[in-house]
Amino acid sequence: MHNHDVIVVGAGGAGLRAAIAAQQEGADVAIVSKLHPVRSHTGAAEGGINAALREGDSWSNHAYDTMKGSDYLGDAPAIETLAQDSPEEVIQLENWGMAFSRDDDGRVSQRPFGGLSFPRTTYAGAETGHQLLHTMYEQLVKRGIQVYDEWHVLDLVVTDEPAPEERTCHGVVGYDVQSGTIEGFQARDGVILATGGLGQVYDHTTNAVANTGDGVAMAYRAGTPIEDMEFIQFHPTTLPSTGVLITEGVRGEGGILYNSEGERFMYERGYANNDGELASRDVVSRAELTEVNEGRGIGDEYVHLDMRHLGEDRIVDRLENIIHLSNDFEGVNPVEQPMPVKPGQHYAMGGVETDENGQTCIEGLYAAGECACASVHGSNRLGGNALPELIVFGARAGHHAAGRDLKQAEIPTGKEGEWEPGELIYPVEPGELDHSGGDAIADGGHTATAPVMSPTELIKGAVESARSHVDALLSNPDGQNHAEIRSDVQQSMTQHVNVFREEDGLKTALKQINSARKEYQSVGVADQSRTFNTDLLHTIETRNIIDLAEAITLGALGRKEFRGAHWRKEHQERKDQNWLKHTMLSWNGGSPELWYKPAVLEGESKTYEPKVRSY
Amino acid sequence: MSTQLTQQAKEESSSQSESETTEVEEQRQEVTRNATADEETYHLKVFRYDPEIEGKKEPRFDDFYVPYHQGMTVLDSLIYARDTYDSSLTFRHSCRQAICGSDAMFVNGSQRLCCKTQLSDLEEPVRIEPLPHQDVIKDLVVNMEHFYDQMEAIEPYFQTEDLPDGEFDEQRQSRENREKIKMSTRCIWCGACMSSCNIAAEDNQYLGPAAINKAYRFAMDDREGDEMKQRRLEIIEQEHGVWRCQTQFSCTEVCPKDIPLTEHIQELKREAVKNNLKFW
Repeated sequence: MHNHDVIVVGAGGAGLRAAIAAQQEGADVAIVSKLHPVRSHTGAAEGGINAALREGDSWSNHAYDTMKGSDYLGDAPAIETLAQDSPEEVIQLENWGMAFSRDDDGRVSQRPFGGLSFPRTTYAGAETGHQLLHTMYEQLVKRGIQVYDEWHVLDLVVTDEPAPEERTCHGVVGYDVQSGTIEGFQARDGVILATGGLGQVYDHTTNAVANTGDGVAMAYRAGTPIEDMEFIQFHPTTLPSTGVLITEGVRGEGGILYNSEGERFMYERGYANNDGELASRDVVSRAELTEVNEGRGIGDEYVHLDMRHLGEDRIVDRLENIIHLSNDFEGVNPVEQPMPVKPGQHYAMGGVETDENGQTCIEGLYAAGECACASVHGSNRLGGNALPELIVFGARAGHHAAGRDLKQAEIPTGKEGEWEPGELIYPVEPGELDHSGGDAIADGGHTATAPVMSPTELIKGAVESARSHVDALLSNPDGQNHAEIRSDVQQSMTQHVNVFREEDGLKTALKQINSARKEYQSVGVADQSRTFNTDLLHTIETRNIIDLAEAITLGALGRKEFRGAHWRKEHQERKDQNWLKHTMLSWNGGSPELWYKPAVLEGESKTYEPKVRSY
Repeated sequence: MSTQLTQQAKEESSSQSESETTEVEEQRQEVTRNATADEETYHLKVFRYDPEIEGKKEPRFDDFYVPYHQGMTVLDSLIYARDTYDSSLTFRHSCRQAICGSDAMFVNGSQRLCCKTQLSDLEEPVRIEPLPHQDVIKDLVVNMEHFYDQMEAIEPYFQTEDLPDGEFDEQRQSRENREKIKMSTRCIWCGACMSSCNIAAEDNQYLGPAAINKAYRFAMDDREGDEMKQRRLEIIEQEHGVWRCQTQFSCTEVCPKDIPLTEHIQELKREAVKNNLKFW
């Protein structure tokens, strides 16, 4: 068994920042990640980091823009923390050597981004995430922080008191991809989940193949509520053939969207009369799909993003990476031709419920970055707000887990604050609701052992249980292959739980996800090797995809209003009277429980009043 | 080890067992059945090895036939072969967009990043092998430890004595200086350069093009200051450093991010000479 003070799961921006913060507090910290840190998907972030660094801007403006962008479903204490901490974190990155783009006076450059009242998106070309990830990994090397890379975390080790709020997380169970060894990792002070996105729930996504939402699914099954899962961001400019992202920076620099009739539809069709292409992402994505659905798309599928008028020099200076991406993955040279673009799954606003210090309702369990929901983004994330979230909340979780006294959190977690029950709509026969399955293959849930056991014994038990789970999967070489099950779920989600959602479609999706769950009962792993068995790992990830697809759809069906990224055909208005509340789902031993808790709109010195969100 | 395995595999591939041949034939027929008349298929020859599985302990090449669609990359074809024919086919990949650096392999005799290599640019059969000069763990997966060790040997982190006085204040950097280091910061640690380098193949301690490029990224960054630059040059001037490079340009040719690696190595050699003259 490995022993550390703090264990960080995942090595992207949030995980690396958390580990550095814990180390700064003097903790013995280690990272366990299924990928080597530099392979993490933070590296694919292009646009930039919002931070109020300059005269004329202020953290309160950043907070206001973020709250408006969230369509008033963000929690003010989390949003204000993001806006207040971001400048310091950005300067910290600069001081660690990050190669930001520079202005003539030598200071770091900032540019306009959608939904921002000030050009505060600090960037490094169109490869900000790559520069950030590598800069932070450099710090990790400098500090000698231990990384267990290509170790896949199979389970969290959590005690099994009836109420999640009484449970404690003592560590994780890891699987060494290279050798197939399964071992326990004890965390004396805390486990920080930083596992990133869940884009693989969909089949057209900007996310990496590794983004299967493992941390969210594991925390969910261990008892932490997951929050606002229905809010999925569809980025308006992804390349149609692959889902590769074309940064919002293209529009920030002046790129224009056209339909097949050559209309600049964001203005000419009245989608966003003030901000046009730089309206919030949900607004632009719906506009594009409406154009396509009404017959003004190109090839019945996409619209054009044109940046030729910027001129080659400016494009090369600020967006060079886009030239490569468009050429390599779509065969279009954007200096000479407009790029075809369509909306693609990009970001999960929801995730593991945390407060503004990264803490979940389970003692010793933290989450930060995309896998967490504090909530900063509410129902819609603004461009340039994901990277500051990683570093701000990664740092806070790391400091807090390692024992620094941070200000008491304002945001309640679990059922400690005000809450109300919700009605779960589940259009399948009773009895089919049983997710627990009862056998090791179907479950793969958290290890629940009596709290009287010592943490060490608890971890040993969890390791044994994970070993028998893996043995069971490997003992069924002729079982159903995961790839087909996964692909069915992904297609169903893209068809029914996309930019536009209607009740019948959502119910169809739930039925299809339920069939996938049943098929998964007979899943097996053909590859019998213990060496680098990706067949096994993808099978385990597929289970996570099923649980999360279901959670997203259950949340979407429950929310009878149109807010931010969540559009409902039957409910075309934002209903502040009833719906200024977060969707919460608790695993509840495999029979998900739906409940709601109010959004926190009271900030440090003011209360945010919901206004009509127009751009 | 990899080179050795590959050579063995070449000999093996002609003597595939009958049952395997039948399987491949079935595959070809299945693809043909599913493909419409005008659809092309691509023939892949893929290196296979697994230290614990009978039939794979001795390296071999497996044939896969995949239906082609426009824009299909080598990575797409491997994913198709894995998800359709053989779920044990093993390779690293993640982002699919040439930024995570996971899927550098030896494709038709040259180091390439599979996700940004179009099948249509390649001659058939498309031969896919693990990166040469690295130990093979399984199939197309190589051990990257040595590569990481070399990267970490050059103090690959920003060091400066020159931070502004204010507690959190940015250091200034000219646009020109940022431009100077820009290409060097693009490295995605894929290992293609190291695998292509003859010198690295023979001298296990040679830092290699990627690590030297990383050193360049810091040595040329004005923010680190003169003293630090001295130290950077000392590191790359060591016995197994820049002077080993014989400017064969193979690293530069295979770099998927178009980093002028050889030029960077040459420039560091010049800087080192200038620096030494200064103290002479």
